[in-house]
Amino acid sequence: MSDTTSETTTRTTTRTVEFVKGLESKAPGGPIEQRWDKHRFEMKLVNPANRRRYTVIVVGSGLAGGAAAATLGEQGYNVLCFCYQDSPRRAHSIAAQGGINAAKNYRNDGDSVFRLFYDTVKGGDFRARESNVYRLAQVSVNIIDQCVAQGVPFAREYGGYLDNRSFGGAQVSRTFYARGQTGQQLLLGAYQALERQIAAGSVKMFPRTEMLDLVLVDGRARGIITRDMVTGKVERHVADAVVLATGGYGNVFYLSTNAKGCNTTAIWRAHRRGAFFGNPCFTQIHPTCIPVTGDHQSKLTLMSESLRNDGRIWVPKKRGDTRDPRQIPESERDYYLEERYPSFGNLVPRDVASRNAKQVCDEGRGVGPGGLGVYLDFADSIKRLGKAKIVERYGNLFDMYAQITGENPYETPMRIYPAIHYTMGGLWVDYNLMSTIPGLFVAGEANFSDHGANRLGASALMQGLADGYFVLPYTIANFLAQIKPGNLDTGHVAFAEAEAEVAQRTQQLLQINGKRTVDSFHRELGKIIWDECGMARNEAGLRKALQRIPELREEFWQNVRVPGESGELNQELEKAGRVADFLELGELMCIDALTRTESCGGHFREESQTEDGEALRDDANFSFVSAWEYTGNLAKPELHKEPLAFEYVKPSQRSYK
Amino acid sequence: MKLTLKVWRQKNSKTPGEFKTYAADHVSPDMSFLEMLDVVNQDLIVKGDEPIAFDHDCREGICGMCSLMINGVAHGPKKAITTCQLHMRSFSDGDTITIEPWRAMPFPIMKDLVVDRSSFDRIIQAGGYISASTGSAPDGNAIPVAKQDADKAMDAAACIGCGACVAACPNGSAMLFTAAKVAHLGFLPQGQAERHQRVVNMVATQDAEGFGNCTNIGECSSVCPKEISLDTIARLNRDLVVAALKGVEANV
Repeated sequence: MSDTTSETTTRTTTRTVEFVKGLESKAPGGPIEQRWDKHRFEMKLVNPANRRRYTVIVVGSGLAGGAAAATLGEQGYNVLCFCYQDSPRRAHSIAAQGGINAAKNYRNDGDSVFRLFYDTVKGGDFRARESNVYRLAQVSVNIIDQCVAQGVPFAREYGGYLDNRSFGGAQVSRTFYARGQTGQQLLLGAYQALERQIAAGSVKMFPRTEMLDLVLVDGRARGIITRDMVTGKVERHVADAVVLATGGYGNVFYLSTNAKGCNTTAIWRAHRRGAFFGNPCFTQIHPTCIPVTGDHQSKLTLMSESLRNDGRIWVPKKRGDTRDPRQIPESERDYYLEERYPSFGNLVPRDVASRNAKQVCDEGRGVGPGGLGVYLDFADSIKRLGKAKIVERYGNLFDMYAQITGENPYETPMRIYPAIHYTMGGLWVDYNLMSTIPGLFVAGEANFSDHGANRLGASALMQGLADGYFVLPYTIANFLAQIKPGNLDTGHVAFAEAEAEVAQRTQQLLQINGKRTVDSFHRELGKIIWDECGMARNEAGLRKALQRIPELREEFWQNVRVPGESGELNQELEKAGRVADFLELGELMCIDALTRTESCGGHFREESQTEDGEALRDDANFSFVSAWEYTGNLAKPELHKEPLAFEYVKPSQRSYK
Repeated sequence: MKLTLKVWRQKNSKTPGEFKTYAADHVSPDMSFLEMLDVVNQDLIVKGDEPIAFDHDCREGICGMCSLMINGVAHGPKKAITTCQLHMRSFSDGDTITIEPWRAMPFPIMKDLVVDRSSFDRIIQAGGYISASTGSAPDGNAIPVAKQDADKAMDAAACIGCGACVAACPNGSAMLFTAAKVAHLGFLPQGQAERHQRVVNMVATQDAEGFGNCTNIGECSSVCPKEISLDTIARLNRDLVVAALKGVEANV
């Protein structure tokens, strides 16, 4: 995505960075390409014979959690791994379609660790920590090697070597893929490694188990409280360190591309126990999803944005044009991305593509039910390449589209609309991926991550596996080496108190017996967040949301109806607990969005835009990570700032013109 | 659309279950099958009844969590999709639809339409992996893999572990599930070192879990949402014969 490469060579002077107490990034100094190696050498190690005396809890079994649990198990630690699904193989990482980036430069087209680092910092609109991003780019190459060794069936060329493609607007081909199911294959690789450790006895797996609270003893994370989702039994688990790898919080919007069960409960409970929440308003909208059909809609389906490589996006020039798209002549079509961004065209970054779609729909030129859609047209590509080529490239996506909409995309243009897809925000972590609570590590989408204000395509899989396979195993060892193992059991008063709180909350949810279903609250919350804290935000809208969300939360606790009992499989109870937490998180997202009066990446404040309507950053005032501390008053969290220094990639205004 | 649903209700694994009939009166053809159940459940909750429990998660056909025998067919009437990808336009106004859980001894019913498929995880634990600890890998391009082998491995690796194959099989056999993993890893050079021990251990575990044997009926492949081929079972059988000739015995 580097349109101007000259900047890479300029090394600007280091700023003086003032860290707020508790927000030390622990990022090492020195030349960036040596930082991780130096840090790895300086970190402490745990003797192999001593490792089994340490217990590590891993919550979540997706790419980050599954990879971490498997690797820690291989190294000899005693691992307890938890997931809400019936098997770790079902974590939502499985749904990623497009691919995984790695700076292998197998294509000899100018890629390098530095270029992947540079593209990621720039794509994130200069709101990520340079040291972390560089490390991510470095270990990306190891991830591919590891996955190949595990038997991940990556696409190959006829010579037997790994195939690559260009993805999401990158100007080099660095994306590795396994058909349209890359996430599935990478996850199954991690899952199989995890099952091997379960068989070996180093990992104990707890499926259908949900974490409902974090337990702190003497200020350190020492365990979790869980609910067995089959029997309803509330249980205590003690450990020397806790890892949260529970994914993102996109389901706060109700409609998202996330799996239905994805939730914020684990990280939100940890936040309430003292873990700072980083950049909660940084959420990513994916431009190529299948539009909503009605009130029954339960989720949105994403189609890989690789479709934008060959599809042309357009809307009618005229408002309210309801003609069959095939009847609309060329001269009456507005290929607005090609028009506005001649050098990137339909391949502009996700946030730019999404915002432009919203804009043309707001102008009344959207297509399909409710006018919430734009066309993605393959007619020209089919003419140029032949239908066979399109079938080969996108066959499964076209089938999926036809299945859902009942329309044939080979004959008539697809309709697409943006949907929430990924959350860059999450619990704040330092360079070691440790949160502000000692002993609490956060990995993958659950942390505030290396993607800054916007994530590039094919980088989520990379980050999840980097954290799980190649970062946490070192940084957790370093932490454990400095503490004594064990010396605590679940009889400690902190466990009893946390368990009592969980039980009390569950009983309260069951006793309200009001009139509205959990889903109806969730849907209403989602609408508020989508309208006021979605693709574009402004002060008035955010203030309105901040008025409305606490009212809705109040109503929830007075009027929700949760049928059934606690001591059984009760899916409504599970949902109620999650929605209760979304109702709190939603408020923090809006507070964060209101406070950050600049636009950057996925966070677009209407008050801060260039003359052409592009996101306008305010580096002088907002070059920092917002890390929010829970104060006991949801309306008044405390903001801590981690200043961001850019020594290697000089902040510039993104331009995709 | 108006539909009549006959749904299997069962309080838990210890209580016998029964069919109950529900009217679904506000069904749009654009709804997915699970969205239709969502709407029925919302009505049940408001009326003070207990909603129907069913497994689901990604709702885009890849996680393998959803199940359901729909009019006696695993994942319903359409080929090559999961229940969550089935849309109500595949049904007609006035239809009666029977909805049951997967029925197989190694998949005990937990509640209503929810079953326990942890036996699948135990089959994988027996050898459905390549032992490659993190950090030990050579460069990804060090071992070329012929494109046709990589493609066949991918065909088999597409299995989502939903269990439709078991539910459809008159013998309750997990052979297609096991064979898909054996074939996936067996097509790749990285999978050769453990190839014969793997197949012997996985088959032994599948038997111990109580799955029936395969008699080449083919129901499994015909309901498989990922269209895993019966050829994988032939490959598994070949690997088993070779393992027997080599004297490889189960060690799980």
